[in-house]
This record gives sequence, structure tokens and C-alpha cells, in this order.
Amino acid sequence: MTQHWIDIGNSDCVMIIGSNAAENHPVSFKWVTKAMENGAKLISVDPRFTRSSSLADIYSPLRSGTDIAYIGAIINYALENDMIQRDYVVAHTNASFLVDPEFGFHDGVFVGLADNKYDKSHWAYQKDAGGVVMKDPTLTDPNCVYQLLRKHFSRYTLEEASKITGAPVAKIKEVADTFCATCAPDKSATIMYAMGTTQHTHGTQNIRSYVILQLLLGNIGVAGGGINALRGESNVQGSTDHCILFHIIPGYLKCPTADNTDLATYLDTWTPKSSDPRSANWWGNTPKYTVSLLKAFWGEHATPENDFAYQYLPKRGANYSHIALFEAMHNGVIKGMIALGQNPAVGGPNSRFEREALDKLDWLVLVELWETETGTFWNRKVQGQPDSPDPASIGTEVFMLPAAASMEKDGSISNSGRWAQWRYAAVEPPGEAKSDLDILTEIQAELKKLYAQDGVFPEPITQLNWDHGTDPYAVARDINGYFLRDVDLPDKGKSFKKGDLVPSFAFLMDDGSTSSGNWLYCASFTGDGNMMARREASNPTDDPIGLNPNWAWCWPVNRRIIYNRASCNARGEPWAPQKPVIAYDRAAGKWVGDVPDGGWPPLLKEDGTPDPAAKYSFIMRPEGHACLFAPGLADGPFPEHYEPVESPVGNLMSGQQINPVITIWHQEQIGDVSEYPIVATTYRVTEHWQAGAMTRNLPWLAELVPEPFVEISHELAAEKGIEHGDVVTVTSARAPNGITLRAMVTKRLRPFDLGGRTVHQIGLIWHFGYAGYTCGASANELTPHVGDANTMIPEFKAFLCDVRKGGQICW
Amino acid sequence: MKVDRRTFLLSSSVGAFLGFLGFDLGSSAAYAATARVKRGKLTTTICPYCGVGCGAIVTAAGGKVVNVEGDPDHPVNLGTLCAKGSALYQVANSDRRLKKVKYRAPNATSWEEKDWEWAIKRIAENIKRTRDATFVHTDAEGRVVNRTEGIACIGGAALDNEECYAYSKLARAMGVVYIEHQARI
Repeated sequence: MTQHWIDIGNSDCVMIIGSNAAENHPVSFKWVTKAMENGAKLISVDPRFTRSSSLADIYSPLRSGTDIAYIGAIINYALENDMIQRDYVVAHTNASFLVDPEFGFHDGVFVGLADNKYDKSHWAYQKDAGGVVMKDPTLTDPNCVYQLLRKHFSRYTLEEASKITGAPVAKIKEVADTFCATCAPDKSATIMYAMGTTQHTHGTQNIRSYVILQLLLGNIGVAGGGINALRGESNVQGSTDHCILFHIIPGYLKCPTADNTDLATYLDTWTPKSSDPRSANWWGNTPKYTVSLLKAFWGEHATPENDFAYQYLPKRGANYSHIALFEAMHNGVIKGMIALGQNPAVGGPNSRFEREALDKLDWLVLVELWETETGTFWNRKVQGQPDSPDPASIGTEVFMLPAAASMEKDGSISNSGRWAQWRYAAVEPPGEAKSDLDILTEIQAELKKLYAQDGVFPEPITQLNWDHGTDPYAVARDINGYFLRDVDLPDKGKSFKKGDLVPSFAFLMDDGSTSSGNWLYCASFTGDGNMMARREASNPTDDPIGLNPNWAWCWPVNRRIIYNRASCNARGEPWAPQKPVIAYDRAAGKWVGDVPDGGWPPLLKEDGTPDPAAKYSFIMRPEGHACLFAPGLADGPFPEHYEPVESPVGNLMSGQQINPVITIWHQEQIGDVSEYPIVATTYRVTEHWQAGAMTRNLPWLAELVPEPFVEISHELAAEKGIEHGDVVTVTSARAPNGITLRAMVTKRLRPFDLGGRTVHQIGLIWHFGYAGYTCGASANELTPHVGDANTMIPEFKAFLCDVRKGGQICW
Repeated sequence: MKVDRRTFLLSSSVGAFLGFLGFDLGSSAAYAATARVKRGKLTTTICPYCGVGCGAIVTAAGGKVVNVEGDPDHPVNLGTLCAKGSALYQVANSDRRLKKVKYRAPNATSWEEKDWEWAIKRIAENIKRTRDATFVHTDAEGRVVNRTEGIACIGGAALDNEECYAYSKLARAMGVVYIEHQARI
């Protein structure tokens, strides 16, 4: 989130889209309620009338996979009706930037498309002789981003959006009027989104459409504003920050590629540069964070002479994302897998395929609290799956290691609001269970023993720094970072001794004098102690917008609302004086309130002249401005509506049916509307969580929701002769013989009227599988191996299926 | 005055005693000292389910969790928990929790129990054998890549930060490139 949970209470308008906070982040809803008690409007946009919808002022339907058409129409509405916060847009976004005149867009495709990939050279900004981006602050130049944006979204009329999304014109207009009223400088709206937004082949561009809208309205950096991703697991924020992902290393640094032949080349390639003295270009500090990470990983073995052990880092050669991983496993490339608390046999797309992939492994190590579907994939026959193999034919060696649960170990986790919160062991783990940290420590120690004797390229393992052992406090300090020698910084008026904890990432160096496992978490554990363990909640008088700066610790440097210098005008005065995030105190010569997003003074001095010491507010962008136009993405600098890969209708917006730069792994597994005419989506219930092991093994929760269901409209049920509670079979191109579960017939889903054509949509919960105290059919047996053009997140939320009455439930 | 959980506690007879002591929640230990439940030790935790990060208080007695409830002083959840957080007692006490190392031999139809030493040794041997067999020092174009595509490391979004970092570090040290977890899906 750009904000945090409590801040939602500061909003004037909350849009819940691509998410269902009342259902899946239930306690967060108390902050939506607080906002509403203060007069805020709640808008729920969803294919289905959800628990969140039931509490909303406005509910709008939306066919799964059509967010860009929907939000695009609202963007167009805001632009056409001048419902934008113009001063904010000019000061903080790239609206004024001039783009290459060769940039273009035609019939659904941007300039530069060839062989399923874009050459983005004509998506670049125009720069002057000094390399600074050229701008038109009047926003009238036809090549300026603002005019290109207007032109692009002029096609997204309310009528067109209605035909695509199935939402009535009047409803989209009502949502637009309500949401865009927050363009007023002292009003703010927030968007709460989750997997309904991201799990599409255009998921990244879905989010981009929200960003564009929020920037036009001046809603980023302000209290009650923001783009709020509701993260689904208790520490998926932390696990993402520590980059258990193929393409990044801790702190969102880039994983090196094969042509980053040495450290200097790597740093030159990935360190953004800016010629504009007013741009802070914070990622320009990449060398300091990279070298500090290498020192954390390989300690004294990382020296200036050996490029700080840079060559020990493996270089990526391909897209190794989840779908690609299971494809490689299915092809026999991956021989062994370690799975620490993940259950892809239920949670991954195309489950039957992914379970078959597991059959091919030589060995599999799981670290788990429970016996999961992934742990027992080799025995899945006993649960009545007709096409499962005989265990005697599966050669995988499987280790299931018992793990400690959350209340059986000390450590921190990071919530959606970037708050890293420390927690404590209440009891020892049961039986012989151990914490994941203990287990990893034992594995690496054993590997070091083996590699001390012989083996291929042993150094990265034998020289790996594991001085922290099994002590989570020591690991937390490693992550924060240390001075590795005495350091004097006369220009900062500070000096540090070898062994001191680094107080913030502003002090990290690229010369090997500092270590830090993750620069983002620098300042979390300092000489003042474990900042993540703090428990001082604010009182509302002192902290009216609920920042809670002394409760736990958040990244970066305990800044609670990021990009917060955009919450002020050019003089450092808050746009919303009744709920300021920060304000510039001229007398004191500094910002007061939240930790400012950079301490530089406001753009204008008190006398109204430009302050040469000022910097633009979006410091993580090389140009210092937020992007309405984003030239770095794989599928376009502007969002464009494409249909999901499996869609019942043609694309009304252009001749380009689907995202032109995605990968389709198995064309023969992509279904057609002639066989699978119904749109399907997946979702969750409060009572269960993700792939189900943590909830379907608990009698209290199993009792509340003992089996899965498919949710069907009354209209579709009538067509199919299905009654509420009937056993039905749902099929897709991945599972032609289908999965069998009960039908829940409700009014919460209605057929979509797409410009006169009726399209049905159904929904399934996906928490179930063949292991656990209560079992049931896995919805992900139906979902496809296709993913987003930028992130490869699977398109779980919009695919095609068919439904028929009958089948046998055999759990 | 609005009666919330805290004022309710303070107004009961137990609460009067707590009020006398002063309700100082500066740290977990301080909380345990002042709350003075009749039997058991109190610690604070954060719920392991969704990304809200609600605070909970765990009471342990005799080495077992006897109660889990919302932490009234947590500024986000203010003492409440959803159905999942409310069921954490069963996560701690479930007899379905794995307590011993389980091993399934190739082509076997059932689990056997093993000890940790055996398992860790065998796992490390497997990793080394696979890594050594699939490690690539230079790619087809002669560029140093130092990676293995033969091993995958996945998980886990419910691990502690310190564990996530350690895992991320170890995977890279092993030269693994197929590194993924729930964030991607």
C-alpha cells in the first residue's frame, strides 16, 4: 500500500474494486466504516454483489477482465469534465512531458510491436541538449503526455464501457461523479484492490489505470488517498521485500542477467540516471545498496578486488516465474524442489498439470505445519481422482519437515501497510517441529560440510555468511546492516565505529564499509533497539490521521504515507489543511508530520521564487514525477482494454483481441466459447485461507465452510435445471471431465448484458483439495497457464467454463 | 463515555486490579507482569493469515497455548479478530500438526518417520548431487552465469522476514534461479 490500514479512515471516498475487503480482510473494514461514519462514500465494483457490496453506497457490476474499459471510462469522464486537480497534475506527474513524435497507437497496438514484443524506442521522452526531459507546463503541445492521454482515453466513452463491462451507463456515471468529486484539493479517495485486479493477462495495466485516475484527481501522497493493495498473506509483503522471486534480490534490486558481465556493468545497466538537478533519483543509490547486500551475503569474502563476490550471484537466463517453473518441471528440467510453506497443488493454476509436474521430480522437500496436497501429491489417487497415477509409478523422494507456527518463534512480519511488526514465541513448537530459520541453518551447515570436501563451484556456499545462526534478532540486525569499519562523515557531522548498526540507508556506502541485507529495512533495528517491537499507539489528539509513528516500524525509514511531499503545494502547504500528512515549517526549516519523502525544501521559497535546493516529489522515479505515461512496461505506456485470453466476446475496443505480448504455454489448452460459453472467476471466503491447509485442518473453520461451492445466478440455474444445493460438474479446457461440487444459487451474480448480448458469469472458491480435515474439489484444476505480460501472474480471474447438473462428490 | 473493551476491563473487578497496577503495555514482558492472569504467561503475536496484521495476545500455561484473543491495544484491530484469527488456538493445539519428520521413499505408497539428522544429511546430499549435475558456469555465449536450473525454491508468504531473507540468501548462494512464491500468483 502507499498508505496503511488506519489511513483508510481518512478517506472521503473508498472504491473497493478487484477485492472484497469485508470478506478477505475483514478487520480492515472497521476503517472503511470509520470513513463512512465521517461522511465518506463507499463504492463497490465487482462481478458479484459481495459482502463489501452489501455495505456500499453504490454497487456496480463489472464483467471479469474489463477493469480497463471501466476505469478508462472514468478517466475519460474526469478529463472531459475537467474533474482533475490541475495544479497537482502539473507539479507531480509527467503530464507536461513531451514524448517522441514517432510514438503512436493504432487499432489496439502501440508503435513498435514485432514478434510478440515491443521495441519501445519511440515511447521515449524528448530531451534537451543537457539530457533533461522537455516539458510543456501549459499541457497543450500535441506530443505532451496529457494530450496523448486525452486522445488515448477519448475512445473510452461511458456507452462503450457499458457494452464491454455490462455495467449500465448510468451506474458508471454515478461512480465517476462520486469518485472524481475528490479532485477537490482537500478531498481524497482511495482504491482498495487485490487479486481481482492483478490476476489477469493485463493485470499490471489494471493497476496502471487506477494510478492514472488517482494522479489526475491528486489523490496520491495525501491522507485517505492512495493505491492500496490488500495483500493476502500475513507476510507476503515481507517475502516480496526480501525478494523470494526470480527477477529481484532483497530490496527490489535487479537479479543480474548474463550480459551484466561484471559489477560495474551491472551497476551501470540498472542504476537509473538523471540529468535534472531537481530530480532526487533515489534509485541512483543502487550501487550502495548492492555492495552492502553483497557484504551481508559473503562478508569478508566480498572484497573490492573480487567485485564484492558479484560473480557468486546466479545470473538469470530466462523467465523463471511460477508458470514457467512448473512447465520446466513438467519437462524434466527441474529435478528437485524445496517448498517452504507453499501448496501449489491447490494454489497454482492448472492444478492437474502442476501435480503431474511434481510426479517428475527426483526429490521434493516441504517445510510445513500440515500434510498438504503438495506433500501428498504422490498419493492423490486415494481421494477419488479418476485420472490420477498409481503411487508406485511415481519416483519422487519426498521429505516433509515439521515446522514451527507463528506463535512458536520470535520474528517480524510486514503487513500490507509496510508495517514490520515483531512477534514472540508463546510456546515451543510441538513434537520435533522446528522453525524455518532453524531448518535452513541446518541445511546450509550440512551443505558447507559437503562442499568443503569437493563439488562444483563451492565458494558461494562455503563462504556464505551465516554468522547469525538461528537467532532471529541477529538476522534482523544483519538485514538492517552494520558499519564494517570505523567511518567518519564530517559533512554529515557523524562518525561511526566498526560494529555499529547503520541508522538509516542514507548512510549505506558502495565501498564495502557497510553491510545491509535489505536497504529498505535499514533503520528497523538500530542502536536504539528493535524498532519493529515498539508498541506505542498514538492518541487521536496528537495524531489525528492515525499515522501511529511509534507503533512497530514501517519502510522506508518509518514513513507511513509514501510520496507524501505530493500532499502539499509548491510552497509546502498541505492541499488538505484539515488532514495534513506533512507541512513545511518555515521557522524550523523542516517538514513536520509524517517522515517527509525526502527532507528537501518545497519547490518555492517564501517569496515565491524557485528554491534551488528543492527536489521533485516522486523521488523513486528517475524524472521525479509520477507516471501518467509509463514507458517501461512490456505491454504499453497506457492501459488498453484487451479481452482475457479466454473470452466469450470479441474485443469491442479494437481489432487486437488479447494482450499482444503475453505467452500462451499450451494453445491447445485454451478453450473456445463454443465449448465453454460461461465466464468463470475464482474467489475466497472469510472462513478459509488460500490453499486451505491453515483452515481446512481446523474443526472450527471446517464447520463453518465444510465444502467448496460454485456460485451461479438464478437465471443460469434455471437454464441448466440446477437448484440450490445440487451437485454439479464444472468443466474447462484444462479439465474437460470437470470438477464436481455443489451449486450455490444466488442473486449475487446476474447475467451481463453486453450491448444486447447476454453473457453468464459464475464464481468458485478455490481453497479446497484432497488433503486436510475437510476436503473438496480444487477450482484451480480449471484455470489456465497464461499470465500477465509484465509479471506472469496467472489469469485466475477470468476464464471460460461450462456447468452441468450431475456428477459425484467423492470426498 | 464510549465503553470499549479496555474501559470494560477496567471497570470490572479484574479491571479494577489492573487499573490499580497501571495498564502499561510498553512491552510484552511488562504486559505479562501487569495483567496478572491467574495462571499462564502472556505474549503478543501478529495473526498469520491475511495482510491486515492484527495483533493478538496468546496465553500459555504448562507449555501449551490455552487462549488466543485480539490485542485491544493494537491500533489497527483494536482487540477484534475475524473467524480465522479467532481459530488460532486450534493452529497451536491441533493434533494434525506435523510433529515428526516424514519421508516417502521413491515409489512408496506410505510415509515413514525419520530423525532430523538423517533427513538433513539426505536433503543436503540431494541438493549437492542435483546442483553439481546441473550447474552451468558459462552459458552458450561464453558468459559467466554460475547458476543451476535443476533446483527450484518456492515459498513462503507466511514466513517471518528473517526467514524470508535467509531463504532468499541461501537460494542465491546455491545458484538457484527458479525462485518463486505466493507473491507471483
